[in-house]
Amino acid sequence: MGEKLLMKGNEALAEGAVRAGCRFFSGYPITPQNEVPEYLSWRLPEVGGTFIQAESEVAAINMLYGASACGARVMTSSSGPGISLKQEGISYISGANLPIFYANVMRGGPGLGNIAPAQGDYYQSTRGGGHGDYRVIVLAPNSVSEMGNFPKRCYDLAEKYRMASMVLADGLLGQMMEPIEFDFEPVDPAKLPPKEWALGNAEGRERRIIRSYDLKPGYLEKMTLKLLEKYNKIEEQEVKYEAVQTEDAEILLVAYGTSSRISKEALMLGRKEGIKVGLLRPITLWPFPTKILGELSGRIKKILTVEMSLGQLIDDVKLAVEGKSRVYLHGRPSGGIPTGEEVLEIIKNICSE
Amino acid sequence: MPRIEVDVNRCKGCELCVVACPYKVISLSGKFAHTGYYPAAMVQPEKCTGCTLCALVCPDVAIEVYK
Amino acid sequence: MEKKVFSRTKGLTEVFMRYCPGCGHGVIHRLVAEAIEELGVRKRTIGIAPVGCSVFADEYFNCDMIQPAHGRGPAVATGMKRVKPDCIVFSYQGDGDLASIGMAETVHAAARGERITIIFVNNAIYGMTGGQMAPTTLVGMKSTTSPFGRDPRVAGYPIKVCELLSTLEAPSYLARVSVHKPANVIKAKKAIKKAFQVQIDDLGFSLVEILSQCPTDWFVTPLQAVEYVEKAMVPFYPLGEFKTPEGKKEPAKAETKMAVEKG
Ligand SMILES: Cc1ncc(C[n+]2csc(CCOP(=O)(O)OP(=O)(O)O)c2C)c(N)n1
Ligand code: SF4
Ligand code: SF4
Ligand code: SF4
Repeated sequence: MGEKLLMKGNEALAEGAVRAGCRFFSGYPITPQNEVPEYLSWRLPEVGGTFIQAESEVAAINMLYGASACGARVMTSSSGPGISLKQEGISYISGANLPIFYANVMRGGPGLGNIAPAQGDYYQSTRGGGHGDYRVIVLAPNSVSEMGNFPKRCYDLAEKYRMASMVLADGLLGQMMEPIEFDFEPVDPAKLPPKEWALGNAEGRERRIIRSYDLKPGYLEKMTLKLLEKYNKIEEQEVKYEAVQTEDAEILLVAYGTSSRISKEALMLGRKEGIKVGLLRPITLWPFPTKILGELSGRIKKILTVEMSLGQLIDDVKLAVEGKSRVYLHGRPSGGIPTGEEVLEIIKNICSE
Repeated sequence: MPRIEVDVNRCKGCELCVVACPYKVISLSGKFAHTGYYPAAMVQPEKCTGCTLCALVCPDVAIEVYK
Repeated sequence: MEKKVFSRTKGLTEVFMRYCPGCGHGVIHRLVAEAIEELGVRKRTIGIAPVGCSVFADEYFNCDMIQPAHGRGPAVATGMKRVKPDCIVFSYQGDGDLASIGMAETVHAAARGERITIIFVNNAIYGMTGGQMAPTTLVGMKSTTSPFGRDPRVAGYPIKVCELLSTLEAPSYLARVSVHKPANVIKAKKAIKKAFQVQIDDLGFSLVEILSQCPTDWFVTPLQAVEYVEKAMVPFYPLGEFKTPEGKKEPAKAETKMAVEKG
């Protein structure tokens, strides 16, 4: 804590995880997140942790399943194509109530796509992503500083609720360099409270079973309703967002991650010209800041979502405003990055309607 | 006297013990158990040597052997 | 005084095993359970149940258990062993689980020399899903997806897992056994115990392939099934040890080198 460092986003993410107590990483190379495994391949051994370059993303996430079941603070990271492969494991991890942390440094898709920054994995992240009824806590940083500080928050949430939590970033955030200050004391994982459910060393206690299945009629429904209980609690208690000049706003931008930085620029340009622009930046994409958006939409009648995708975030915005405001979209998919001026033009068009 | 005890709650009447026994001590009984299977039983108890071969092949770990 | 010379091991729970009559899984469960109990490591053992008929193994083995996705046992075992090196970690898997969907995880855990034990049950069929062709189904053998018998022109040949893995540097113990006759059961027990001993001694990766019968999905009686193991499976899948840890040395740390040495 205290000292200012200059770091690349991906490195900040990796260093932040280690400082937050991560002692196990397994992953598979993919651009634009390669600095994460590269950094951890020397950093984790330094703190007595384990780094494994797995044979695939499928193996990597399943290594996390095992390591987390034994109580370790674990991490994996990837980009779209790799995260798709990890969905199998994430679904099992969710069903088995295990805490893990992972990051998706998004690139352009679908398919192999390209390696340019994008936000096309919003649905995949916020809807669970794999098979079955489950959710993942999704934090969306928009600076290198947040890249470094969010892993700690993710671990705290993941362990509090025994579930998967993730950082959803994009190639731009991963690659850019900015000053960072860690806002927490390094965590010594050996000093964390013991996990009453973890496997290994059963001396003096009953054996434990970790699994995501139950074939007895009606039991799985009960298990999944338990998940719902915890999801409801999270939606009530863990929503985080940043509101910029929303008090007097006549048009509200909604954007996260890199798009929110661009939107902030558009806001400033607009304000200079006397247009009352506000910005709501969801920091948690799930749980989504539904309540505040609902409140704002009572007053602000025009909302513009700015996203580097075809229109995914906009769905959550529409659900939140329940028809009380008109919701517009500016979406640039598959590597297209909007500019502040571009967004301002759209704001002007909407306002003149 | 050497003997075996078959747990009728576990035995599924697969007959693997019947053929494994070198002395033809075991056969399936004519009456089925509450599990719905015909459990194994000693039909020539005096021939049992307690060699445990039957227990070794029993998939359901239903046989205990005394000597 | 009368003495019990064969009793049910504490390594198994009291739960009723839901396998078909004559199924090989039961004997193999007993051998694994006896091994960890006799070696005195049950309280620090973590078992991994597969997806397959033995998915319920988490209820049958009397130790900490986990149940992951189809075929991923070796990856899960890797994660566990790396963070709990003092625990004994075993992954119990069928042939579809290990040699088809989980082949990559199997080969790479073996190649890395993970200090885990794999119990590989080869019954030449997909049991749980109703008797489809497995990667180990014999040529000519009928299954619900090879109704005219496995035709090597369309389905290729069965995979010999021990032979395949024995081409790798890292594995310490690879053996194939069967459980169709008392003498084979005794040998199987020895191999399984040895595999666990290799892990206890921290000597590296161990895997025991066990030829097993699936009367239900082979559509035969249990007695015909054990005969099929003897007459058809053993001749194709030779029994024995393929790699042993004797004389194996701990790999030394390699020198750091460039991909191409500059002159
Ligand atoms: C990803 C995935 N694909 C397919 C299945 C369906 N499935 C369940 S068990 C099984 C085959 C199991 O066969 P094997 O591993 O040989 O074990 P056995 O049942 O014969 O003991 C399959 C394909 C699944 N559960 N998950
Ligand atoms: S113990 Fe030996 S002799 Fe006795 S019933 Fe079993 S196999 Fe036969
Ligand atoms: S081998 Fe076991 S299950 Fe089969 S008939 Fe004999 S006692 Fe019963
Ligand atoms: S289907 Fe085959 S492998 Fe599965 S329990 Fe029945 S006999 Fe055993």
